Amino acid sequence: MPLVWLRVAVAFYAVGLLYSLLLLSKRGNLLAKVVEPAVGLGLIFHFVSLVESTVQVGRLSFASIHYSESILAFMAMVVFFIFFVLYRTVSPGVVIFPIVFVLTFASAIGQKPVTLTSPLLRSGWIFVHVVLIFTGYAGLFLSFGASLLYLVQERALKAKRATPLLTWLPPLQTIDEICYRALLFGFPFMTLGLIAGSVLAIDKYGPLFFYDPKILLSFIMWAVYMLLLYTRWSSGWRGRRAAFLATFAFVIALSVWAANSFSRTHRFIVS
Amino acid sequence: MGGKQLQPHPQVYRFMNFIVIGVNHQTAPVEVREKFAIPEARLAEATKSLASYPGIEEGMVVSTCNRVELVARTVNGTADLHGFVRQFYGFDPAPYREHLYEYREREAVRHVFRVASSLDSMVVGEPQILGQVKEAYATARAVGAVSSHLDALLTRAFAVAKRVRTETAIATSAVSVASVAVDLAKKIFGNLQGKTVYLVGAGKMCELAARHLLAHGAQKLYVANRTYDRALALAEKFDGEAIPFEQLYETVPNADIVISSTGAPHAIFRKEHGEKFLSRRKNRPMFFIDIAVPRDVDPEMNKLDGIFVYDIDDLSQVVSSHIADRRVEADRAEAIVQLEVDKFQSRLQTLDVVPTIVSLQEHLETVRQAEIDRVRGRMGTLTPEQEMAVEALTRGIINKIMHTPITTLKSAARESSEATTVIDLVRKLFGLRDAGKAAAAADEANAVGSGKPGAHN
Repeated sequence: MPLVWLRVAVAFYAVGLLYSLLLLSKRGNLLAKVVEPAVGLGLIFHFVSLVESTVQVGRLSFASIHYSESILAFMAMVVFFIFFVLYRTVSPGVVIFPIVFVLTFASAIGQKPVTLTSPLLRSGWIFVHVVLIFTGYAGLFLSFGASLLYLVQERALKAKRATPLLTWLPPLQTIDEICYRALLFGFPFMTLGLIAGSVLAIDKYGPLFFYDPKILLSFIMWAVYMLLLYTRWSSGWRGRRAAFLATFAFVIALSVWAANSFSRTHRFIVS
Repeated sequence: MGGKQLQPHPQVYRFMNFIVIGVNHQTAPVEVREKFAIPEARLAEATKSLASYPGIEEGMVVSTCNRVELVARTVNGTADLHGFVRQFYGFDPAPYREHLYEYREREAVRHVFRVASSLDSMVVGEPQILGQVKEAYATARAVGAVSSHLDALLTRAFAVAKRVRTETAIATSAVSVASVAVDLAKKIFGNLQGKTVYLVGAGKMCELAARHLLAHGAQKLYVANRTYDRALALAEKFDGEAIPFEQLYETVPNADIVISSTGAPHAIFRKEHGEKFLSRRKNRPMFFIDIAVPRDVDPEMNKLDGIFVYDIDDLSQVVSSHIADRRVEADRAEAIVQLEVDKFQSRLQTLDVVPTIVSLQEHLETVRQAEIDRVRGRMGTLTPEQEMAVEALTRGIINKIMHTPITTLKSAARESSEATTVIDLVRKLFGLRDAGKAAAAADEANAVGSGKPGAHN
């Protein structure tokens, strides 16, 4: 049953995806009026799906990679909606919707019954670790999306032509604020998540845990995250330079995700 | 009428000897307009030398950021205005031939009406151009460069502009450069609440843009101007702060929006300034609106991250979409202008004293002939000598009588405000027929007689 709800959520998220594609192809925004309620409903079904599967298993669990994808997508949508409420703009969705769609879609087609292999996954600490890290990711994703939009808007303003994009995108300063606040929002979660993970790992594997590729990459990502905030604080980097850094952070985030297959500490699935 | 065919008078078409040459935003890019632009300080001098250029009777110079125009009335319908350009600017206008337009006679009248009515503006219907034409006219009057006909033309142009504004919706929906600037500022800063505006130069356009920005929430206003008093006056108006011009570069980084419209011949903000501003501002964005021609802000500055520079041509591109919406109203306005050109032409014809002089001569000649015929019956046959003496006597009398009215009419013609009164008075005193009809008759006669091309519609 959780899978059914998740698939319904995917269908709603598809509206978001379609909206993004239509915007990028400059076909106007036919879906502008329905996209908010659609992804909102998607989020509700997504939530129902997560709750039900948790209830079925008896606790929150991250044993399946598909389940984790679903959680990550959920957190991304939650952060998106927080910023939507604050700034009344769906524009970062252009980047967020496709990511969320791909994550939930992958999660919805391949979900197998959850298999618990590691006793570690039963602990409450792991739940704290994963939720914190994923919230941090969600902030980073949103900031990355907004920084791309910043570039688009900046270019449109510099080109001095009244393009449809220029009228659709929120003002440059609003995009900039979303960019920055999303980073600020995500950073403490990411930091606490890493601390929680480190505590867990030291407890379980000893100090050597640090040589795991996934963990190493995670710390690099954290450093880039820190760098993003620092350049922003110290010299007000925004626009092109900030977007490059954010893209860099995003690529590392992707490789952290991919590093699962090489990671000792994060391989939980029975294959 | 004594059965005598009216002679075409060489001066009848004098009233349409208008000529306009110029460059505007449609024909020339800002780089070319910069070359022709005349700073306010030199406007009087330019107007004066135009009016005293050979072949030209009256002259006026309009120089705004979007256009530079020489309006003149010539002695005989043509004048070498390119020669004037060469003399005044010190360069040959030939390479800019494709950018220069020239209008004569009726077309020149129509053009002046269209300019004053804001139909030829970058933003059709924007109100600033009328004020600018009025200023150019005031300058020309002050240096004595306009008298009868150019005066009548401009007075009429202002009336036409008023008519267009009140009878069409063109002005009500007008998007002025100022409001376009506000829209762009909102695209960059979102809410203008708490933003700081910096005016460099205290011109009218600056003031208008500042008014718009403040009305949309901008909080603080700085004004820097070469003449500190003008900065002070403008700053007071908006509760802002006047800055001595020497402190310009230290204070500009405080501003989010900079509107520049100085008469400086070179850019006052260059790329290296922009880099300094950005580091002082921790890369917070800045918006430069450059409404000066020649430009105050080096276009290179737009390449810096976080600095957005819009010059007057860029603003025009942004508003071009709005212009299409107003096509219908613009067509109505064009019709009004056309009608007014016709009216002006016939009005100038009545203004012309020549038909009145001709009919005065005819009238007195008729009286003389009639009196001689009447008296001849009583006197019997006269010798040829007596006949000649009577002729000479009567002619002498009417010539003496006509002398003062004719010189008065001619001098009145030079001062247009007097002309109609004097013409009416003379016509009334001598019982001459209607001025309009006389003009039409004179016109007709001329059309047959003069064969002057293009003078007649």
